[in-house]
Order: sequence, then C-alpha cells, then structure tokens
Amino acid sequence: MSGHHPTSELEHPVARWLDSRLPIISAMKAQFIDFPTPKNLNYFWTFGGILMLMLVVQIISGVVLAMHYTPHVDRAFESVEMIMRDVNYGWLIRYIHANGASMFFVAVYIHLARGLYYGSYKAPREVLWGIGVIILILMMAIAFMGYVLPWGQMSFWGATVITNLFSAIPLVGAPIVEWLWGGFAVGNPTLNRFFSLHYLLPFVLAGLVFLHVWALHVPGNNNPTGVPVKTPKDAIPFHPYYTVKDGFAIVCFIIFFAFWVFYAPNYLGHADNYIPANPLVTPAHIVPEWYLLPFYAILRAIPSKLGGVIAMFAALIVLFFLPWLDTSRVRSGAFRPMFKVFFWIFVAACIGLGYLGAQPAEGIYIVFARILTIYYFAHFLVVLPLLGIFETPRPLPNSISEAVLKGQGGSATVPAGAASAPEKRG
Amino acid sequence: MFKTKAGVNALVLAAALSVGGAQLAHAAEADFELKNVDFSFEGPFGTFDRGQLQRGYKVYVESCAGCHGIDYLAFRNLGEPGGPEFSEDVVSVLAEEFPRQVTDGPDETGEMFERPGTPPDRLPPPFPNEAAARAANGGAYPPDLSVIAKARAGGPDYIYSILTGYEEPPADVEMRPGQYYNAYFPGHAIGMPPPLDDGLVSFDDGAPETLDQYAKDVSAFLMWTAEPKLEARRRLGFEVMVFLIIFAGMMYFSYKKLWRDVEH
Amino acid sequence: MAHTHTDAEEPTRRDFLYIATGAVAAVGAAAALWPFIDQMNPDAGVQALASIEVDLSAVEVGQAITVMWRGKPVFIRHRTEGEIQEADEVPLSDLPDPVARNENVAADAPATDANRAEKPEFLIMIGICTHLGCVPLGESGDYDGWFCPCHGSHYDTAGRIRRGPAPRNLDVPVYAYTSDTTVQIG
Repeated sequence: MSGHHPTSELEHPVARWLDSRLPIISAMKAQFIDFPTPKNLNYFWTFGGILMLMLVVQIISGVVLAMHYTPHVDRAFESVEMIMRDVNYGWLIRYIHANGASMFFVAVYIHLARGLYYGSYKAPREVLWGIGVIILILMMAIAFMGYVLPWGQMSFWGATVITNLFSAIPLVGAPIVEWLWGGFAVGNPTLNRFFSLHYLLPFVLAGLVFLHVWALHVPGNNNPTGVPVKTPKDAIPFHPYYTVKDGFAIVCFIIFFAFWVFYAPNYLGHADNYIPANPLVTPAHIVPEWYLLPFYAILRAIPSKLGGVIAMFAALIVLFFLPWLDTSRVRSGAFRPMFKVFFWIFVAACIGLGYLGAQPAEGIYIVFARILTIYYFAHFLVVLPLLGIFETPRPLPNSISEAVLKGQGGSATVPAGAASAPEKRG
Repeated sequence: MFKTKAGVNALVLAAALSVGGAQLAHAAEADFELKNVDFSFEGPFGTFDRGQLQRGYKVYVESCAGCHGIDYLAFRNLGEPGGPEFSEDVVSVLAEEFPRQVTDGPDETGEMFERPGTPPDRLPPPFPNEAAARAANGGAYPPDLSVIAKARAGGPDYIYSILTGYEEPPADVEMRPGQYYNAYFPGHAIGMPPPLDDGLVSFDDGAPETLDQYAKDVSAFLMWTAEPKLEARRRLGFEVMVFLIIFAGMMYFSYKKLWRDVEH
Repeated sequence: MAHTHTDAEEPTRRDFLYIATGAVAAVGAAAALWPFIDQMNPDAGVQALASIEVDLSAVEVGQAITVMWRGKPVFIRHRTEGEIQEADEVPLSDLPDPVARNENVAADAPATDANRAEKPEFLIMIGICTHLGCVPLGESGDYDGWFCPCHGSHYDTAGRIRRGPAPRNLDVPVYAYTSDTTVQIG
C-alpha cells in the first residue's frame, strides 16, 4: 500500500545508518505504525491481534514448560505433577499453557467466523485465506500432540485413536501407522517424537503467521462494508488508533483467559487425563478437547472407516476452495440478506456438531450428526455457489466514509444509486 | 458498524453452548447424582480448613494408607502454606512415624535399606508396583490418591459419595466375592471394602468421630493433595483480576479519547 | 468541553491518561514476567534436599573421601599431624584470600587453620575450585594440598588458595558433628 518511508526521513543518525543497510525500521514504520487501516473496523477485527498474543503466550509458556518436562512414558506424568507442585509458579505456567490452547481456539474460531461473515476470503485475499486455513490445520495438529504429552489416559487413547485414522488409508495404512508410532502401539517413541514436533511446529506456525500478515498487508484489511479503501479519508494509521483499540480488546480477552486459568483451570480438560496412561484399559468415553469436537462428530457420522477419515479432513480442506465456491459479487455478508440466514444456520450446525462430538456415537445422536455433516458440506458446496446467483444483495455504500457518515455504517440510508456500484472483483 | 452487537451475542452464546456440550459429556458418565458436600474451599474465595486437612491426613494414614499411596506428596508439603500447615517439628514427627519406612540406598555394599521418613521424602508407596498391589488386593488395583480428586468427575464430592455410599445390595443384584455394593461407584461393584466406620479414628480437636466426618475430612485432604496450590492460585487470581479490570478501564478511556475525533 | 479551554491545557490532560495507561501496562508486563523468570530458580524439591550424614570412623589418617551433597562433591580429609602443622604455621599475610570462607564461623573470620576445620583432623570442604568450578585433585600441587588441573590453582593442606587464578579458598559447607564419628553436612 502507500506509506512508503524512505530511510532519509529517519531523524536519528544511528537509525539512518542501520536503515540504509537493513531497512527494518522504515519497514516496521510503514507496516505497523503508518499502515493505512479502514476506519470502520469493528471489534471482530481485534482477534488478529489477540491471536498474535496467544501465539506468543503459548510459545513462551511452552518453552518454559519444556525446561521441566520429561518426555518419557515412565516420567512424563510425574514430571507434569512436579511442575504443578515444586517448580516456582509451575502451576501457573502449566495452567496458562493448557487453557491457552483453548483460548487460542476460541479466538481463532471467532477470527474465522468473522472472515466467513464479511467475505474476507474473497479476491484479492484468497492467498491470505489459504495461509489462514493452513495455520488452522497446523494448530490442530500441534494442539493434539501437546495434549498427548502429560501422558494421562486421554493423552494415550487420544493418540491411539487419532493415529489409527491413518490406518484407513488403503494398502499402506498399517505401515504408515507403525511409522508414526515407532512401534506396534503408541509408546515411548511416539511420546518422544510428539514432544519434538510439538516443540518445533509452533515456530513453523509463527513463520506462517508472518506470511499471513504479509499477505494481509498487500491488499490491506477488509472491513465490515466489504468496500475497499478508496480515498485517504477512508483509512487511518494503524498506530495509535488500532494499537490502542486492539490493546483494549486484548486486555478484555486476557480477563476472560485469566478467569479460566485462576478459577476453572481444569474445567475445559477431562478428568481422565489425571489418570496415568494405561495401555490395558480404555476410558469409557474418549472425547477430544472441545475445539476438535465438530470434526470428531463428522468422523463418527460416516459409517465407513475410510469415509469418516476422508470426511473429517475434507471438512477442513473445503475451506481452501471457499474463495471460488462463493459466487456472490458482494463481499460483506452485511449486504446479503439470505447469506446472513445461512451463515447463522452454518454456525448453529458447527455448534451442533460440537455438541454431538461429545455424545456417545449411538442412536439419535448419529442421525443428527449425519444431518449436520451433510449441511456442513452443503453450505460450502451447494448453498454458497447458488446464493451468489439467486440472492439480491442490498445496495452497497460508495465508500467507507459514506457508510460511516450515513447513520453509523447502517446501509439502509444509502441512496439507491449506490446499488449500481457493485464491487470490483479480482 | 453492522450488527456487531447481535454478532457478539450470538458468538458468546455459541461459546457457552459448546462449553455446555462438553460439560454434558462429563456428566453423562454417571447415571446418578453425587452427594453434595459444602466444602470450605468451594467458590472463588474458598480456602481449606486447616483443622479439616489435619484430620484428613490422620484419616488417610490410619484408614487408607495401607493400600493407597499418595506418591507425589512429600512430608514437607504438610507444613507448606495453603495446606494442613503442620508446624515444622510436627512434620518431622509425622514423617518419622509414618507407618512405612522410606527405601533409600544403595549403601556402601550396594544394598537398598529402609530408614524413617524425613520432611523432604515423598510418602513411601504401599506396594512396589501395580502387580504387587493387585496380588495383595485380590486382583483389584488401589489407585494412587495424589490427584484422585481431579481424576474423577465430581472430585471431593465423588470421594465423599463413595466413602459413604456402601449399602446392602438390592435383592436382584448378585455380588461376587471380594466385591462390595456401592451406590455411587460406576457399575456399583467396588473392590474396596468399606474403609471407614464410626469411631475408627480419634480426633483431638473435638470434631465428631463419625464415618460422615471422616469421609468429609479425607475428601478435603485429597482435594488438597490434588491441588496443593489452590489457595495461592485464587489469591493471585484475585490480584490479577483487579489489576486487569483497572487496566481495561484505562485502556477503554484511552481508546475513547483517541477516537473521539474520528468518524467511524 | 475541550474547546472552552486553552490549547495548552488539553494535550497535558490527554497525555496524562496515556502516560498513566502506559505505566500500568509496563507494571503489568513486568509483573507477568516474574513467574517466567522465577521458574528457573531451584524448585521446592531441590531446595528441600536432605542434609547428609557421613560416618567418619572408617576414614583413616591420611585418607580422604568424597561424598555427594546437593549435587556437589564434598571432600573430607583425615589430615595427618604434619598437614595440620603445615597449615597452622602459614602466616595470614601469605594468603591471597585471608577470609576463612567457612559457613560455620563469622563471615569475616580470618583464614586460620582453626577457622577452616572445627576438628583439626577432619577438613571438610566443597570440592569445587573457586575459579571456574572444576574439581581439584587431592594430595598434589606445590603446597601439598589440592591442585586444580583446569587452570593451575594450588591449594594448601587447609584448602586455602595459595597460587593461581582462583579468587577464594575452597568453601566450607555448614556441618555439625552429631557424634564423635558422624558429621551431618547441610
């Protein structure tokens, strides 16, 4: 975007010296201080900053926990308990990390829902969106491997069930699973490699986040109207306006986070994970953490092993194709009356799948899980392509400034003439 | 802004619903309601009752320790703040008088040897391994109690319910030898004989020497062994919350002030 | 409301809110940092590590044993009369470090032989060179005491630094005799 700051504008001679050799100061200034940002972003846009915070919190607390944790089947459970009991503030750091994973997913799902609602995946942000989907999938893998590390009953059996998904692959399934395990069952080699990867992959994630931000800063932020920034009047510098707004939202989110850490630290976990892993006894109900439940429900809804695994992964993969499945010329859901209805049905379906993922896979639960699974895919593969053809969007404002001035962003008062100014694609 | 409020509400509702779903999953594991005890440590400002934890330790040592270990508890913990808070001298005596000695070694000749416990030692386990435990208990495995209050849905209420839940089996239920009917145990057939009875343990602080009191005290004690930093956590949590709310207020006013002249 | 005031006043008040918010943020960040620093300090289990009891009856004159205490080697040497006398006769002015470095006596006590060992026949000290932490070799060096092979520090028969880069005498840990032949270290 605009806001190019040549080195010569820097005042301090040392800054100028450094910047002429590595233009890091001018780049930071252009991208994180002066960066022109639509002035009508609502609080849903603060979740990017919140997610950045959560990534940092998880990496720092995780690195610290790794200083005290022992990745061995005989010592893992005990070392976690010693962190809780003997390490200075160990209980705090572990609860931050364990609940931080949940908070990370709370924030990422809201961030994702915001993108879905306001059409943030549409051109020219398809690559930004795609990187986001990769980040989501990687996050799930990291969270799953982290959950294995305390080596409780849910750790062990979660690892067993999830790695067994790969045995559904025809012909090479069994060898792949043994390769994942490093043995003939989940055991010490599995724990050790999960620890190694759980430590490594967050840094890969951080690299992807860098690409995500880079891809964001090429077209700039989407906004609630979906209308791009057209004049300087539509935008304000990122700092101090959005640093302070994001900062406020971050503090509010930390309050929410702190509530779990200090007052309900084990609520989001499962009691069985305080039972040391026992390869001879499976818990009565194996349930993943809440953030994986919708996908777990899809897995169990399909009556064939391979089919369930494919459906579960497809539920994530389909997100990559969203920019091309949504055929509407209007970006923001705020101007799409029918889309809005289907969006909330979709959200309800996801929550419903989450609920069903926690129930035993039997009777009426299976029936509902199948209905909702079908809806989940239909939303992407049928509803969104057709809506773009049959839906009549409401008139769009000519610009962000116009939308802001006319009744605080409400589009009802926008003159009818605006209808003839559809968004440009591409 | 477009429907932000409605959107926020819907998402909060969504989050609440999914959490509720997870909770339902927990509850679905039992087909009966546990007894509810009003423990002093419930609620955001609850703290342990020192006397209760001290009695609970006594009940544990005299009635449970024969079969159940608390492997992750060290004698020194008994004197630490937030726990039973026995004095330093008492902790040394408790360590020394624990019914089992600590295995130490190897000595100069390479042999392991037994010695009385000291404050830094962890409570010596009742059995060297699970197989030995099963052999001594007719095939049943008495679980370690270190984190039992966190490892069972219901926590201390579950422990209390089990300890007070022994009943004559209903007429149509056949108990196998070595099994006891317990109204609150999943499946109702428990391998643990009723461990407590009125008058079994003597208290010197005037607390009633009843099965009910023993069960409450030992449940509270096991909650503490599972979560020894509970009091420190809530205290720090309160300070953090007060700070964050003030800070959030200041951030909010800074934000409002900064944006006052921006049309948005 | 700001419009009724002079221009000079408003920025001051505005600045105050921002500065106060920034200050609170800085305090919060610093406080949040502490647990992540403190976690690297010795944990409660390590700090509670037991003291050890050592039976000295089997240590013959002229013999030394090394025991492990808090993860560190502790030298216990049953000194000969000659060694004691040799240490006793060293004038304090010859010592690079004239302080006893004995946790059982005053912090500024002079490094006389009597201040180094409670019972002269048993010299008990932490076997870690005060230079950079190597373990010195016994019965060697130019002063018949200990010699650190890492960087050439020579200690005498009372474990006092005599020559080389080490800045201090070998440290004497807290200990007490529980009987004639047993000592408790720590």
